[in-house]
Amino acid sequence: MPLVKAGKIVEDQYVRVEDDAPLPDGVPVLLTAARFLADARDLTERDAPVGVIWPNDRRIAEVAPWIDRLALIALAFPKFKDGRAYSQARLLRERYGFRGELRATGEVLRDQFQFLLRSGFDAFEVKKPADAAVFAEAAARFSVFYQPSADGRLPALRRRLQSVAQDAPVTV
Amino acid sequence: MYLYDEFDRILVKERVSEFRDQVARRLSGELTEDEFKPLRLMNGVYLQLHAYMLRTAIPYGTLSSAQLRMLAHVARRYDRGYGHFTTRQNIQYHWIKLEELPDAMADLASVGMHGMQTSGNCVRNITTDQWAGVAPDEIEDPRIWAELVRQHVTLHPEFSFLPRKFKIAVGASSHDRAALAIHDLALRLHRNGAGETGFEVMVGGGLGRTPFLAKTIKPFLHKRDVLSYVEAVLRTYNSFGRRDNIYKARIKILVHELGAEAFAKEVEAEWQSTKDGALALDPAVLAEIAARFTYPDYLKLEDSPSALARARRADRGFDGWMGNSVANHKVPGYAIVTISLKPEGGTPGDATAEQMDAIADLADRYSFGEIRVGHEQNLVLPHVAQRDLPELYRALDAIGLAIANVGLITDIISCPGLDYCSLANARSIPIAQEITRRFSKPDLARNLGRLHINISGCINACGHHHVGHIGILGVEKNGEEFYQITLGGKADENAQLGALIGPAVPYVQVADVIEDIAAAYIELRARPDELFIDTVKRTGVEPFRERVYATR
Repeated sequence: MPLVKAGKIVEDQYVRVEDDAPLPDGVPVLLTAARFLADARDLTERDAPVGVIWPNDRRIAEVAPWIDRLALIALAFPKFKDGRAYSQARLLRERYGFRGELRATGEVLRDQFQFLLRSGFDAFEVKKPADAAVFAEAAARFSVFYQPSADGRLPALRRRLQSVAQDAPVTV
Repeated sequence: MYLYDEFDRILVKERVSEFRDQVARRLSGELTEDEFKPLRLMNGVYLQLHAYMLRTAIPYGTLSSAQLRMLAHVARRYDRGYGHFTTRQNIQYHWIKLEELPDAMADLASVGMHGMQTSGNCVRNITTDQWAGVAPDEIEDPRIWAELVRQHVTLHPEFSFLPRKFKIAVGASSHDRAALAIHDLALRLHRNGAGETGFEVMVGGGLGRTPFLAKTIKPFLHKRDVLSYVEAVLRTYNSFGRRDNIYKARIKILVHELGAEAFAKEVEAEWQSTKDGALALDPAVLAEIAARFTYPDYLKLEDSPSALARARRADRGFDGWMGNSVANHKVPGYAIVTISLKPEGGTPGDATAEQMDAIADLADRYSFGEIRVGHEQNLVLPHVAQRDLPELYRALDAIGLAIANVGLITDIISCPGLDYCSLANARSIPIAQEITRRFSKPDLARNLGRLHINISGCINACGHHHVGHIGILGVEKNGEEFYQITLGGKADENAQLGALIGPAVPYVQVADVIEDIAAAYIELRARPDELFIDTVKRTGVEPFRERVYATR
């Protein structure tokens, strides 16, 4: 499953560690929410980055106290149609101010890229290699948006007001 | 009319190009039907019994004559020469080929139309009163709010994969013509004690196999908060709505299981964190949207001109049509004209390409080029000068569209049923057709007065049978079509679900049963002007049950 970051396919630096497996030293690790929460204080003090895989049926507010010390939060799309993680992503970015890597995992297809980007994701475990290859094109499919969101782009409602101001007649 | 600007046009075009790519990937096999399904649904494309079906959005039911002509063109070029207006102010084409869909959509996009979010688990087309902007009893034009919300939820990154579909309606009149109570979310504009206008927010209405009327979770919401509050409701639903069972996934079940009060609390907590953020409504943004709703340059005309009364006396047909299909307009000298799409023996809500073209021409001549679609599946010319009514009547009559049955027993709301729909258990259209034949004599239908029949071909209730004065629901019993009959439902400001009168009856008996119910009403009504629905309320369903099952 290719990982896409900043529009390019990159190598995943993180090692997924099962709940009962020993923690490797000095490498970035990705843990389940249960394992992370059981031992959060110690884990966030280790000298390599820690990431957590957060399930989509658990309140995202629970991870908020650790946000400053997490390098990565991976959210889950068990099915293409299951959109709970979009809400979790926006809350992480807009309410809790998470600045680390926000990764989409599971059934991630090209037709979601733009929604995911707009909700605050910046890393994508893309299900199909063909979709990963056209990431940049698919992500630029739309140039107009109606709503303010985590990507900080100006919605049409606002851009209209600006263009009205620019179009105002200028007296010479 | 709402005038699209460059932003709206670009977005619709980009959507068409995205869909063209998705169809190409489906045709090449790169996408499986399973993967393609949610994508096509979000563009209003269903796979039905015989072909793909395209549902096109008509936001808040307002059309220009140019748009109606384009709908006629699509019917002619890509379908079998007709379209079907739906209970959610949309139009459906039932015979479209997959490979031609992107072209049909590109044609629609040329007049700012699309199928975005007319299906799928997202926020659907926003509906409102088909008389918005012209109704004498409205406090302001609800379409401005419908448009604001429409824009906000279009391709919303967070709310495009909800547990299930989500229907929003906006109303602004004392008389509810938008069926607010049966919507997932309803916004009712009203004035509070201090004279300010704001919204009553209702959630969790819906029909289907578990019908509920919407419950008020916020009696008065300030206008500035409308987007943040709608987002809070959607976020709560997206996060906590059930996804384990498609029949329990609508917001009505979440509201029911949590209780309206607990749900309201959850929404309130969410909303407190966002209400003063980016979604707090800037009056300039609202003014910008309002400015793109144009209103006709009405002439100063005499109200109820005496020539009109003379014309009524001179022509019985005109008099009957005027008494039935013409309503008061908020501007003196003008009228609202409903064009019934329910001819005897016809399919409720169907219009041919020729009829659409003809109505577009009449709209240009008599209604400032504007047409409305109502949830009753009829069309409306919203700005007709009263002095033009006799001429308009003759023009409509010449094309078979001066059908004076608006609001009567033959003005039936019906889903497409088993003739088209893969979900249906039973046929709806032939039932409607037979009933219109039984009550085809104008005096018979007029004597029965206002009486709404709603027919659904399955428990999904697209024909809103629960809120019909008479509701007819098709079910399947041992491979045969049977129909349950309910009485006393209504979808207005006093919304109520109908009560079942007894065991389901077979297909061939349905029209007889309706005749029995009509005859029982004539005998039971206290006065000739006691409406059917009021008689049912007074007597209950018992005397009707007795009458219907006495000989069965």
